[in-house]
Amino acid sequence: MAPARLTPSQTVGPFFGPALVRAELEQMVEAETRGARITIAGRIFDGDGAAVPDAMVEVWQANAEGRYDHPEDRQEKLLDPHFHGFGRFGADRDGRFRIVTIKPGAVPGPRMTLQAPHLNLSIFARGLLNRVVTRIYFPGEPLNRTDPALNAVPADRRATLIATRDPSGAGDSYLFDIFLQGDRETVFFDI
Amino acid sequence: MDGSARYRREPIGTHPPLASPAYASTAKRAPRFAPVRIEQSLSEITGPRPRIAVAPEEADLTRWEGGAAMGERIIVAGRVLDEDNRAIAHALIEIWQANAAGRYRHENDRHDAPLDPHFSGVGRVLTDANGAYRFMTIKPGAYPWGNHHNAWRPQHIHLSVFGPAFATRLVTQMYFPGDPLLALDPIFNSVPDAAARSRLVAAFDLGLTQPGYALGYRFDIVLRGRAATPAVN
Repeated sequence: MAPARLTPSQTVGPFFGPALVRAELEQMVEAETRGARITIAGRIFDGDGAAVPDAMVEVWQANAEGRYDHPEDRQEKLLDPHFHGFGRFGADRDGRFRIVTIKPGAVPGPRMTLQAPHLNLSIFARGLLNRVVTRIYFPGEPLNRTDPALNAVPADRRATLIATRDPSGAGDSYLFDIFLQGDRETVFFDI
Repeated sequence: MDGSARYRREPIGTHPPLASPAYASTAKRAPRFAPVRIEQSLSEITGPRPRIAVAPEEADLTRWEGGAAMGERIIVAGRVLDEDNRAIAHALIEIWQANAAGRYRHENDRHDAPLDPHFSGVGRVLTDANGAYRFMTIKPGAYPWGNHHNAWRPQHIHLSVFGPAFATRLVTQMYFPGDPLLALDPIFNSVPDAAARSRLVAAFDLGLTQPGYALGYRFDIVLRGRAATPAVN
């Protein structure tokens, strides 16, 4: 049989909210979920520094042990029946999103490496003809120095991928702004 | 990576370049730096499988709030598969669209066309064990937008698909054959390769058409396939 040909991407447009942004998809943690609770708050900006309200962020992450809830992850680490690793967050009118989750453990990288704890992000918006993919890393992690994805990024742009501590936030709170374009453009990955 | 195969690189020309000047909204939103290529890891070859109970009636957009929607009923069906023709079973497809008059049920849609009290424009369906899906809806209307003078979007249905991995996530739009607006639409034409662009156009299918009820359109969705050789640790 001839190989099937890939379907092209198209923009999510401005009117996806009622279909895609649903309260139940923002709930990543339950009371019984294992791991340290964290909050990551941020805003999405365009090249003029204007907020992007018609955007959506999707999170995919490992559990606190560093295992993904997926059949391809065959590590002998515990699965957590109360954590599946997916969340979807619509931006508000000021481009704000707020992720409440647990801090993921380290997961293996290519060729026997170990990746620093991170969240994988897909960002969709009007004006984006395809999703853009980035990662949120955590400040002060020793594994950040050897993480293969961080090391693929020029040193002067790496900081765009590392959340900062939120001094005003309660508990373990972080800030992570996303700049689609401009002087502080976030690093996006080609996966 | 325990011998699992990575996903193939996406062919040049299939996906639109993010910076597509004819689509004005890309000007301030498309990143200027090229994305940084990374090797796929467990982070990319695993992916979300949203645990959503989808009710059968969510695949029928022709009725809402106790009544029948206005407009031409249609049946849309096809398969979700990968580049190796492997079925993507039990995949979630999320659907949204304008009503027959070309109006979305959304607070930011200011187009002066009527809302339909019996059309939400939102649906969900799961593929079966063979990757097949089917939903019923109303043929969406064309609508004007502010991209350029006298700009109109061709009739289209938005589709969001979770494949087997983070690497296979896809959001796209399905168009209709013979629509004169296709040649003029900067979003459709942002896909560089003409053959790839044509894959966004559904095919009228008399076999899917239900006598006395609704025309049928076939639309297959193809996600990335696995690389030929498993990754070596």
